[in-house]
Amino acid sequence: MRSVTVNNIIKRYGTKKSFTTALEGVSFEVDKGELFGIIGPDGAGKTSLFRILTTLLLADGGSATVDGLDVVKNYKDIRERVGYMPGRFSLYQDLTVQENLDFFATVFNTSIEENYDLVKDIYSQIEPFKDRKAGKLSGGMKQKLALSCALIHRPSVLFLDEPTTGVDAVSRKEFWEMLKKLKEQGITILVSTPYMDEAGLCDRVALIQSGKIMTINTPEGIVNAFGKKLLAVKSDNMLQLLNKIKACPGVADAYPFGEYHHAVMENGGTKELSAYLERSGKAFELKEVTPDIEDCFMALMKN
Amino acid sequence: MNKDKVITAEALTKRFGSFTAVNGISFDVHKGEIFGFLGANGAGKTTAMRMLSGLSMPTSGKATVAGYDVYKENEKIKQNIGYMSQKFSLYEDLTVKENIRFYAGIYGMTNQFIKEKTGFILQHLHMEKEGDKLVRSLPLGWKQKLAFSVAIFHDPQIVFLDEPTGGVDPVTRREFWNMIYQAAENGITVFVTTHYMDEAEYCHRVSIMVDGRIDALDTPKELKRTFNASSMDEVFLKLARKATRVAD
Repeated sequence: MRSVTVNNIIKRYGTKKSFTTALEGVSFEVDKGELFGIIGPDGAGKTSLFRILTTLLLADGGSATVDGLDVVKNYKDIRERVGYMPGRFSLYQDLTVQENLDFFATVFNTSIEENYDLVKDIYSQIEPFKDRKAGKLSGGMKQKLALSCALIHRPSVLFLDEPTTGVDAVSRKEFWEMLKKLKEQGITILVSTPYMDEAGLCDRVALIQSGKIMTINTPEGIVNAFGKKLLAVKSDNMLQLLNKIKACPGVADAYPFGEYHHAVMENGGTKELSAYLERSGKAFELKEVTPDIEDCFMALMKN
Repeated sequence: MNKDKVITAEALTKRFGSFTAVNGISFDVHKGEIFGFLGANGAGKTTAMRMLSGLSMPTSGKATVAGYDVYKENEKIKQNIGYMSQKFSLYEDLTVKENIRFYAGIYGMTNQFIKEKTGFILQHLHMEKEGDKLVRSLPLGWKQKLAFSVAIFHDPQIVFLDEPTGGVDPVTRREFWNMIYQAAENGITVFVTTHYMDEAEYCHRVSIMVDGRIDALDTPKELKRTFNASSMDEVFLKLARKATRVAD
């Protein structure tokens, strides 16, 4: 069964004469129990999409269902079934940790006790601070509380809008471990992120840019569709090296990629680029590599 | 003082009550260097940056920035540095040109100078047509590139960049780093924080803060060797996982 269906959704902001298009005909489907990532930079349309699916915003065109219910006609029913963690911390800062969780449970006619098993793993980490005001929590603890509050009514679909933005590498990894455990409980999870390296942790991802979905696939599927040979090169003078790689015939694109530069080959491979770089007489290291999601994202952006 | 050292810090410490946010950090940053300042949330990066930019008085220790003492000459420091962050950089309801004028005016640049350099910057950024548009209407990537140009408009000795590329698309992120390299080549020292570990590789040297201390400081190459790691991501995880302090 499909948990979420999105059909040609369009969203514009502004007036009829002067507007910006946030979503330009977005379509996709998410299966029940799937961990689905929506990956793209700020301004790609991720938040607009989540707000439409959580019935907080009306689309200008297209249709969508969540849990089989229409986001416009059945908005009240959807609200009972979804959990939503907005990008900005939006709990009550002047209520304590426990009061916040209690409040969200009560709003949905349930109690902490009734669904404690679902939030236990996450909530137990902040429970020692249950009498502390939410506004006084650390960033990581706020995130855990927000996730607990989004889960306390046992939603069937969970929407997490950029839960890891501005969070350091260690806390990001911890957060994704929590998501994996939640997935085991059978909850469908839609998560958005600007971090390309998080794509590999999803079952399937949609890469989104300027209101359009560029591709939808499993992380492996996206990498396999790259279709060109990718080489990684490094030397002592990286700036000079980049210019040289760009000048080599057969190189379609070249850009810095961490410790190495990546060279996307239109034709030719290791041998050709090696021969070209050897002419300058400077030492370099070159190897063929598997593209990662960021390579694929850039290739799609430039198409 | 060695003229080549643009930032010096010696046992620099900041306490808030009984909490030691920055615990005796010592390091130097050289002219034209791209210095990566990494650390988990709550490790003390922001507090350290506030002290170095003359916004917060240290509790103890010594530091000079652009040759000026952080205790006595913090106003001088402010005049000689640039600052940009992801969270706040430009006024959304002013136009591109108005933003440039405003920031340059604060630093006391003359009208003639502002006019000439504004034209140069807009041309360089390929934004000649956008000069009279509101900053709000620009894509994020353009805003960040413009914000960086504004932060170094007055030719500061050092520019502090606090997560300048957060949320920016991967192509623009690389264009942004290209601008950082250019600035460094022109002699501007770049002090940068980031959560993208691939960007740590682009820095000349990287320091990693853990619980208020600097636990590692070296070139990315040496750090990877020392910690027997294949990437900066791995180095960072090895160090940051040792943290005992609860994040901010």
